[in-house]
Amino acid sequence: MLFEALAIGGLGLASALGLGVAAKVFAVEVDPLVEAVEEALPGANCGGCGYAGCASAALAIATHKAEANICVGGGPEITEAVSEVMGVEVVYREPDLSLVDCTYGTDTAELKFAYDGVQDCRAAVLLAGGPKVCEIGCLGLGSCVKACPFGAIEIGEDHLPKVDPVLCTGCGNCVTACPKDIIHLNSVTRRILGFNADYNCLAPCQATCPAQIDIPSYIKAIAEGRYEDAVTVIKEHNPFPLVCGRVCPHPCEEQCRRGLDNEPVNINHLKRFAADYEMHSGERIQPFCLPKNERKVAIVGGGPAGLSAAYYLARLGYAPTVFESQPHLGGMLRYGIPEYRLPKKILNWEIQGILDLGCTAKTNMEMGKDFTIDSLKAEGFEAIYLGVGCWSSRGLRLDGEDLEGVLPGTDMLIDRGNLLETPVGDKVVVIGGGNTAMDCARTCWRLGAKEVTLLYRRSRAEMPANDIEVIEAEHEGIQFHFLAAPTKLIGEGGRVTGLEYIQMELGEPDASGRRRPVPIEGSEKTLEVDNVIAAIGQFPNLAFLEEDAEGKDLRLTKWNTIDADIDAAFTNIEGVFSGGDTVTGAATAVEAIGAGRRAARAIHAYLSGEEVTAPDDWVHSSKELPVVDQIPEAIKAGERAKMPELSVQERAMSFIEVELGLTEEMAKAETERCLQCGLYCYRHTGMENQA
Amino acid sequence: MSLGDYLLFIISAILVNNILLAQFLGHCPFLGVSRRMDTATGMSMAVTFVMTMAGMITWLVQYYVLVPLDIEYLQTIAFILVIASLVQLVEIVMAKSLPALYRALGIFLPLITTNCAVLGVAIININKEHSFLDTLIFSFASALGYGLALVLFAGIRERYVLVKIPKVFEGTAIGLVTAGFLALAFSGFAGLASH
Repeated sequence: MLFEALAIGGLGLASALGLGVAAKVFAVEVDPLVEAVEEALPGANCGGCGYAGCASAALAIATHKAEANICVGGGPEITEAVSEVMGVEVVYREPDLSLVDCTYGTDTAELKFAYDGVQDCRAAVLLAGGPKVCEIGCLGLGSCVKACPFGAIEIGEDHLPKVDPVLCTGCGNCVTACPKDIIHLNSVTRRILGFNADYNCLAPCQATCPAQIDIPSYIKAIAEGRYEDAVTVIKEHNPFPLVCGRVCPHPCEEQCRRGLDNEPVNINHLKRFAADYEMHSGERIQPFCLPKNERKVAIVGGGPAGLSAAYYLARLGYAPTVFESQPHLGGMLRYGIPEYRLPKKILNWEIQGILDLGCTAKTNMEMGKDFTIDSLKAEGFEAIYLGVGCWSSRGLRLDGEDLEGVLPGTDMLIDRGNLLETPVGDKVVVIGGGNTAMDCARTCWRLGAKEVTLLYRRSRAEMPANDIEVIEAEHEGIQFHFLAAPTKLIGEGGRVTGLEYIQMELGEPDASGRRRPVPIEGSEKTLEVDNVIAAIGQFPNLAFLEEDAEGKDLRLTKWNTIDADIDAAFTNIEGVFSGGDTVTGAATAVEAIGAGRRAARAIHAYLSGEEVTAPDDWVHSSKELPVVDQIPEAIKAGERAKMPELSVQERAMSFIEVELGLTEEMAKAETERCLQCGLYCYRHTGMENQA
Repeated sequence: MSLGDYLLFIISAILVNNILLAQFLGHCPFLGVSRRMDTATGMSMAVTFVMTMAGMITWLVQYYVLVPLDIEYLQTIAFILVIASLVQLVEIVMAKSLPALYRALGIFLPLITTNCAVLGVAIININKEHSFLDTLIFSFASALGYGLALVLFAGIRERYVLVKIPKVFEGTAIGLVTAGFLALAFSGFAGLASH
């Protein structure tokens, strides 16, 4: 027995000696740094970081091939320990979470669609061009569940992967594992700075929205009664849900595929429903913000473009200060849109929400008078955003324009915004065919004018005003004179008393593609008037730039707008950015909101020392959508919800909001009409059989 | 043995008496590291290296230590001791002289300490009374057979991601079923050579 024990012991001793000698002879000079890093790592050899075990990871970190935070197995303490060894500073990094961005689960995925003879959506995408990856449909394989080293993913009731945000470490294993590319990493910065790209699966409404709101998601949330979630989704890309829900011209609805069947989904009023829910619930739903970094950005102009830029910059952790020349914030939302379309109380509530995120507001501060670009830079503002809008009315260029009673349209609306009454006579003529003209006409009617006439030099079809506004104006008894252009203002004792106009007819199309109106000789007529309001266009008032030592070098376009990059917002002066109406000329609130986010992205890049460029492959709202011109098997649905309105009697002499908002039942019923479209697919009858 | 005999001997070790699919040894890494092709090839390389080395060393231990001392019944414990030390030794030497290979094999090297196929081959070598050269060839060929089975298996398992598998069969269950089919397929080699 002793002998055997000695023999085995001897063998062991020999092995040990061999090992000892080998260790001495073949001693590798392990970099003490690598050793220390390896010591700091958890040693679980999970491979989640992408290296074969902790030893390899330690080597990669020590040789600066990997960051100190690659370990996904350990928490922040591991990162801190490794960083200490490596001598790098630990700065807060926002959490990255996996996000499933597909609405089609196993019960509905992998359905074949017949579009122009093509059976599969990916094939259809290839035909339509572009390297698109169709992201529709979870296959339910659970590859992501298996790939997750932390057990953070399970398949939910909707047959889609569900990520537990507490357990998810953002390692990205599921993203690589998913064969259908429906899981992506997602963080606040990614969400704010990411723009919809050509190769994303986008519903037509979402691809059209200038603010890029994820419309199908919030409609789905409303359908499931998750109203807070709906608000969160909207606020992700639009800081003004209450405002847009009321005044947006909703280009999204024009692209809605339900429109091929009967009428488009009432998308905008569903947004208003969710936003109203938030306001009436008494609890503000605020988006997630990164920790503050105290870097100052000046926003000149407190309109939708400026406030939206401030909103995103505040969410990115900057300290934006909004300078506004008027007594209140809101810009054209306050001073251009009348109370009966957008009550000031609601606007104030919405703006307060933006300020609460950490924006400072300075009102009654006029650029060129109270401050300049130089003075802002001297005060420590690292970037300046000019979102000053289009506040000057184009003149009529007619004799007698300076007669008393002839008003620029914007001036009248600005006075209303400041709660000043503009006295109007009994007979008012408004000239122009845009939204400002409609707002002026409807405002005059409410102010007590007995006869309000609107002159427009082209026909109804060419009118740039929103359809709904024209219809409402008609309800309110506004007289329309189409194909009529003013030729002369007639005055008596310095006051306007008459307006001569000439009848026009449509001729050849002009550069804008609209048929050019041509006067008919000898068809002049005269109207008796007390007031003439000119609302034939607006342009930015940039006179303040001339007073500015640096600002006078700012390059302008021939239309007197600022010559800034539409995509990346930069101007020819370093650190000065611009967007919204100031750059594009008078446009819509939702376009200004989109411009604000692009500006925030550009300013963030500029302040991070990166190159300021346009977002990669981003989908402009003007881009052509893949053609789906028939929806043969779409799930049938009822009629479009009609917005309840104040009766015409109640509207007269008052500025009470006209549109009353959808009821919960109406909103729920309206969500049923949504087809939850993807790039090519939509809810259709085949799904019920499959499920 | 003639050259032809050696060829038969090798084919027998790789295909007919495949250590994994005919002798059913070393199944833990077979199921464990066969989910992805790159880990499967890494493991195969590591096993090839260690199995060949272990075969030779254990043969020497058997005929120069155990037999002279008349303690052959302590074979198993002695072999385990030797193989474990060997793996450590290999790791130390490789880290110094072949750092590239060392990094490529990564964590697979220490994992082999617990691979019963290595011990199995060592014991088969003794039981069949192989000469030292036979041991060298048999160990290397067995390791190749192991690698072949593992890579084939990983190739099949990778494709499972793309097909629909009934829920009850997911994971290890379908892995075992597949291993069974692979073993059946390999049993087709039975008449090819015998040794």
